[in-house]
Amino acid sequence: MTQTIELTSAVDAAKEALDQYTREMVQWHFSPETGCPYWLDWAKQSDWNPLTEINAFEDMMRFDNFDDEVLRDTDPARFIPGAFKDRPYNVFETGGTTGMPKQRIGWEDYKVDYSEFSDFYSDDFFPKGANWLMVGPTGPRRLRLAIEHLANERGGACYFIDLDPRWVKRLIRDGEYDMARKYKEHVVEQAITIMKGRSIGCMFTTPTILEAIAERTSIPQAGIKGVFVGGTTMTPQYVRFLTEEVLEGKVNFAPTYGNTLMGLAISRPLSADDNYSLTYYAPQPRAVLRIVDPKDSTKGVDYDTYGRVELTTMTKEFFMPRFLERDEAIRRQPCDLFPWDGVGDVRPFESTKKKVIEGVY
Amino acid sequence: MKENVSHLPVLRFGEAYKSLDTNDLGSVLRSGARLEVSVANAGIIRRDKLSIERGRAAIAAIPADTLLGYAEKAADLYLDGELPFGMDGETQSVADYVTALSELTGLPHSLCRSNMFKVAAALKNIRAVLAGLTRGLPAKLFDDGFARLGDIDMNFYPTADSLGVTLPSNSPGVNSLWLPVLVMKTPVFLKPGREDPLTPYRIIQAMIQAGFPKEAFGFYPTTHDGGDAILLSCGRGIVFGSDATVKKYAKYDNIQVHGSGRSKVLVGADLAADWEKHLDIMVESVSANGGRSCINASSVMVPSHFEEISNAMAKKLAAIEPRARDDEDALLCGFANADFAKAMDEAIDEELKTPGAVDLTAKYRDGSRLVEIHGQTFLRPTLIACSDPSHPLANTEYMFPFVSVVERPQSEMLDAIGSTLVVSAVTEDESWMRELMGSPDIDRLNLGSVPTNWVQWEQPHEGNLFEFLYRRRAIQSKALQIA
Repeated sequence: MTQTIELTSAVDAAKEALDQYTREMVQWHFSPETGCPYWLDWAKQSDWNPLTEINAFEDMMRFDNFDDEVLRDTDPARFIPGAFKDRPYNVFETGGTTGMPKQRIGWEDYKVDYSEFSDFYSDDFFPKGANWLMVGPTGPRRLRLAIEHLANERGGACYFIDLDPRWVKRLIRDGEYDMARKYKEHVVEQAITIMKGRSIGCMFTTPTILEAIAERTSIPQAGIKGVFVGGTTMTPQYVRFLTEEVLEGKVNFAPTYGNTLMGLAISRPLSADDNYSLTYYAPQPRAVLRIVDPKDSTKGVDYDTYGRVELTTMTKEFFMPRFLERDEAIRRQPCDLFPWDGVGDVRPFESTKKKVIEGVY
Repeated sequence: MKENVSHLPVLRFGEAYKSLDTNDLGSVLRSGARLEVSVANAGIIRRDKLSIERGRAAIAAIPADTLLGYAEKAADLYLDGELPFGMDGETQSVADYVTALSELTGLPHSLCRSNMFKVAAALKNIRAVLAGLTRGLPAKLFDDGFARLGDIDMNFYPTADSLGVTLPSNSPGVNSLWLPVLVMKTPVFLKPGREDPLTPYRIIQAMIQAGFPKEAFGFYPTTHDGGDAILLSCGRGIVFGSDATVKKYAKYDNIQVHGSGRSKVLVGADLAADWEKHLDIMVESVSANGGRSCINASSVMVPSHFEEISNAMAKKLAAIEPRARDDEDALLCGFANADFAKAMDEAIDEELKTPGAVDLTAKYRDGSRLVEIHGQTFLRPTLIACSDPSHPLANTEYMFPFVSVVERPQSEMLDAIGSTLVVSAVTEDESWMRELMGSPDIDRLNLGSVPTNWVQWEQPHEGNLFEFLYRRRAIQSKALQIA
């Protein structure tokens, strides 16, 4: 009972903090001295004024869903907040999209996100001072700098093996499955070479690559103590398989949900009751995840039901209201560690509806 | 209240593994319980494959002759046994099996049983089957790799450490194909068809109870990715599927692909005038097993008497009516997925808009092709008389008694058949028989007045498994008399 009361007051406090933070961010992005040309021009053409009409996070529903095509079509410089206009910046691109990439600019956000992530885990989980190996998309992605920052924050260095998701996507689109497999082998071989030749204690990779590495070598025997993964759908069965078999029940496992636009959502540590079902919590208040009714995204769905994932990102560097992700997830209750809504068992949006009648056999 | 559910697990080296990913197949069990099936993720299959020596060692330790005895014993257990089923010490009787199999596949009980007899016969006749595959070499070959034929020593070595099979759901009898593999001391990784996980599971349990080591069996209800893992990670693979499946795997030498059968009856010019004597085998070729098998004829080619043969067949086929699933005389299968039946019905009507073909059965049957009756959706037997031999329906296969009749001179038939699983050539013309035997397009050739679904155990079906799994090596020795 006491616990419930404590959680309720933590939830109320988090909501209040979010409302306060939302007001600050809206003031920042829509004031001529600090805001960016894109949003200031938007406000001029709008028939309502965020500066006066956004007083709490729920008022954000006044914004339409953000169209991420804007990030493809617009010069990133139009997103430089006035307050940062003389400071050089990073241009980051989103994952596997082809054609003109979607870009987000940034300064310190990735460091803030990954320092917070680092603080969440104990010194033993990803041992302090250990070196890291990242096997995943590097190139123009935020993740590459972020993982290095994380390794450095914890006193280690980071090695990198690049995986180009755009190439993989193209191979699959063209039905070049053999080539895709060869590419995976190429990546895995490079990773194993580093794991054998250098002292590595922690790792970031995608679940698929993790699995493929473990088919070639024992991950705990290679000295890996903690693994941080992100990138794809993980069903409870898949999480169980990774935990019990791929990591042999001996390696700390940190699944995350995230992307260049959000940062990263940490998963609540699994308990027996979870039955390997993951729940992620957005790095609130900098980013807010809502699970919404696909037909009317101003409405949230009930707890424990699936809906579409909606992301709002609000930092001094970047403002993106109500972007509908191409994912769906279960709306989960707040918990002690994260007193705001969580998102569970994320999967591609409408993936279960796309089932076609499968062949004769 | 908790609903009653039976759970069919994955079998990893024969051990039950309950996945958190499941398929709900509905309330199909005789007890009224729902059937839930574990779905293996692909990684589990790849990881098990890394430990395949477990399976190989377990089965290698048993003499092949003993394994043959086990297979014969397994036939009876499969037919009559109360066999393990599910997670909690549950068992399955034959009646349980037949009821659930019928619910899942739409096969009437009568056809479920005839398929069971086919599987059981393949086990009972395992010695004849194996002798047919090895051309009479002693089974001891699988114990020591040697055999002697006359004065010739022969050494065979396995080409694969395991065989992966992705099975279809259309007809349980298809499981008879992988049975000899175990006697050849090759572990199997099976992906059951979505609608028939029951048959391979029951066969495995019968074989284990008969004495086969459980480590030789992998049973993985799984996704498409998992199917790929089975086919690509086992040394050899067999896959059943559509033309798209054939295309996808055609480039892999280690994967045998079975697409549509497009089996045919060819009537020779010498016997065409006597067509009435052969009418029954033509009808049986189309309608046996509810038209579900790849060895069912989907086309009949005649050199003459087109009108008479088409009409006589259409009349007989149209007389086969849908019956309840427990009716002993039922010959037609329902469709568990009614939308699928509707889609086929519409596709046929669409193709009939192209001139040069007519649904002759329509005038003999009472009502439409698609019917909903006895709580199921059926497609009634359909015969398309193609006056245009190049009509799109002239070489199309559907999963119910569906056949086209085409008129062609005998001399053109072999050029026109294309890839065909079974040809029944109704002829006594020896020179044409020689031509038929020389055709590269025919997988199995039946000569004379026999239906396409006729099975002789000593003849290989769908490729020779022994040649697929073993290769002969030249072996020469001055010092050693080896066999």
